[in-house]
Amino acid sequence: MAWTRQILRVNLTEGTCIAEPLNMDWANQYLGQRGLATRYLVEEVDPKVDALAPENKMIMATGPLTGTMASTGGRYSVITKSPLTGAVACSNSGGFFGAELKNAGWDMIIFEGKAASPMYLHIENESATLVDASDLWGKSCWETDELLHAKHQDPQIRVACVGRSAESGCLYSAIINDLHRAAGRSGVGTVMASKNLKAVSVRGTLGVGNIKDPARFMKSVKAGKKVLAENPVTGEGLPALGTQVLMNVINEVGAMPTRNMQEVQFEGASKISGEAMLEPRASDGKPNLTRNGGCFACTIACGRISTIDREHFSVKDKPQYWGNSGGLEYEAAWALGSDTGVDDLDALTYVNFICNEDGMDPISFGATVAAAMELYEKGVITTQHTGGMELKFGSAEALCWAVEQSATGEGFGADINLGSRRLCEKYGRPELSMTVKGQEFPAYDPRGIQGMGLTYATSNRGACHLRGYTVSSEILGVPEKTDPLTTDGKAGLVKAFQDATAAVDSAGLCIFTTFAWSLDDISPQIDAACDGDWSPERLVEVGERVWQLERDFNMKAGMTGADDTLPDRLLKDAAKTGPASGKVCELGNMLPEYYQLRGWSADGNLTAETRSKFGLPS
Amino acid sequence: MKITFKLYATLQHLLPAHAVDNAVEVEVEKDISLHQVIDKFSVNRADAHLVLVNGRYFDCEGRDEPGVLVEGDVVAVWPPVAGG
Repeated sequence: MAWTRQILRVNLTEGTCIAEPLNMDWANQYLGQRGLATRYLVEEVDPKVDALAPENKMIMATGPLTGTMASTGGRYSVITKSPLTGAVACSNSGGFFGAELKNAGWDMIIFEGKAASPMYLHIENESATLVDASDLWGKSCWETDELLHAKHQDPQIRVACVGRSAESGCLYSAIINDLHRAAGRSGVGTVMASKNLKAVSVRGTLGVGNIKDPARFMKSVKAGKKVLAENPVTGEGLPALGTQVLMNVINEVGAMPTRNMQEVQFEGASKISGEAMLEPRASDGKPNLTRNGGCFACTIACGRISTIDREHFSVKDKPQYWGNSGGLEYEAAWALGSDTGVDDLDALTYVNFICNEDGMDPISFGATVAAAMELYEKGVITTQHTGGMELKFGSAEALCWAVEQSATGEGFGADINLGSRRLCEKYGRPELSMTVKGQEFPAYDPRGIQGMGLTYATSNRGACHLRGYTVSSEILGVPEKTDPLTTDGKAGLVKAFQDATAAVDSAGLCIFTTFAWSLDDISPQIDAACDGDWSPERLVEVGERVWQLERDFNMKAGMTGADDTLPDRLLKDAAKTGPASGKVCELGNMLPEYYQLRGWSADGNLTAETRSKFGLPS
Repeated sequence: MKITFKLYATLQHLLPAHAVDNAVEVEVEKDISLHQVIDKFSVNRADAHLVLVNGRYFDCEGRDEPGVLVEGDVVAVWPPVAGG
């Protein structure tokens, strides 16, 4: 269905669940999901609020195409103020939860306040009930999922929940849905746990409806699926190797952040790559990869379902981890692998399982462990801090130990769970934190991919690749190849990617469709589903409006243009190997032009003219 | 002269059995073009989307040009790929 035109407001302080109509004026301006929920957040939350105070709100939002037959139309996002960054948080997840929520008749859920004791929200179509979750508190995401299915005796309910890491205050905790899909970044799970909300379980049987022109919609959806099937990336490459196909590519071009971004190439990359996941292992002759997997309505199916070698030290005595589960994806493989210097594929798979089981963002976790390893090797952190563990780069044992610590927040886990910025500040070496606005970098070193430096510096949720993936153009040649080592034209390229991404994120679709689809493929699907005229031009306008609104929230939260920067390591220490050898990220060459294209002042503030152009709230 | 040839993703099955970490060392003529290197491994030229020489992208237009490689160069080839 397109918009159900109904949202659910859950006040955890009062214990109430109240339906209210969707603000259609805002839907017409912001489309859905990321954009529309941000509009609600801006209206209802003081940007300066403490992210973990009851006054912060958390919104689970679907897009108009979520729950439809449009390929990948199963996404939902979690929008709130981030405890990790202090900026707007918007984390997008696949799986089946979002589509189930939509099929229950809800465009979004707004959670406000804080429950006096642990609760979960159970939804069966129009019925929404807050239920005591005392028995779930202290359980992992996997246990919670299983217990809720058993309790409700319904194998088809979908569960989104937080694990023990979020309960213990880990600042990069995710919300896990369907066992191994995650609204992963910026600590949205931490906010959920701060409200004493353990889980949301949902069953929706109302089906698909409310499509403006069903015949035209099905025709455009079919055309879109044909494009995805015939494209070599979405039809062949992603199902076969998943995102992990990038491990060797990014290492070869010299943009693989390694050992807390001290280097740009990892000698062990091939051992933890998508290709390596296909290699039969010595012990049982089976490869790490069991099969690919798809989210709701997805015709790409890039997901990885894998197993760990039963003889591996991490699971030898833990048969509960012998079955298959989600991962590795490239972002996890990079952060857990090259950034910590660990080239043990089974260890990374185990650590990724634990991140899913107890709800940690594997990017932030891995990057924080990498920072801790550098602090250890510099003698700042010692075995006295770690309780005896030698936290050396390359130690698979230390990595597996660290994830178990992070999952519960016990021992040194409390330090890791601060995230990289606060950890490095605590130990007096803030310059060793590889973060932007407090969020850890993803898998592309901006010395080797210059446009990504601008993407990171200006991302509204801190360092992130999913706000403007210019890697696609600069490295992969999709849709057109640009030179990764120059800054020319990158301001415009970054802006174009950021705006288009914001539109796709607001529609209920997966950004991976854009490796094959342009907005000319997406627009007919939205236009046939939703009231109004949704041309590609209007989608770009919506995307830019979303971007400006997020920026406005962040500036009101206290950020300034000075926050649009990168760690000195990336701006001053040249890459030592590969094509980018001798280069730093030339952010200063791109930022002024970017501000100009955005309609911001020289110090990065929105001008009155820009605010008026996009109709931003005052 | 000797160069290293690497082949990845859905093309990796075209590598000889003795390849290690998706790479083989190969003896080629000094005036060889990139397309001729790719042909040696039966890779369909249209599938060779991403061609890197020592990590740097090599544009389609220059792939017929002879003598662009020197001893020790690393040629790496991918079909169209993406992720994130």
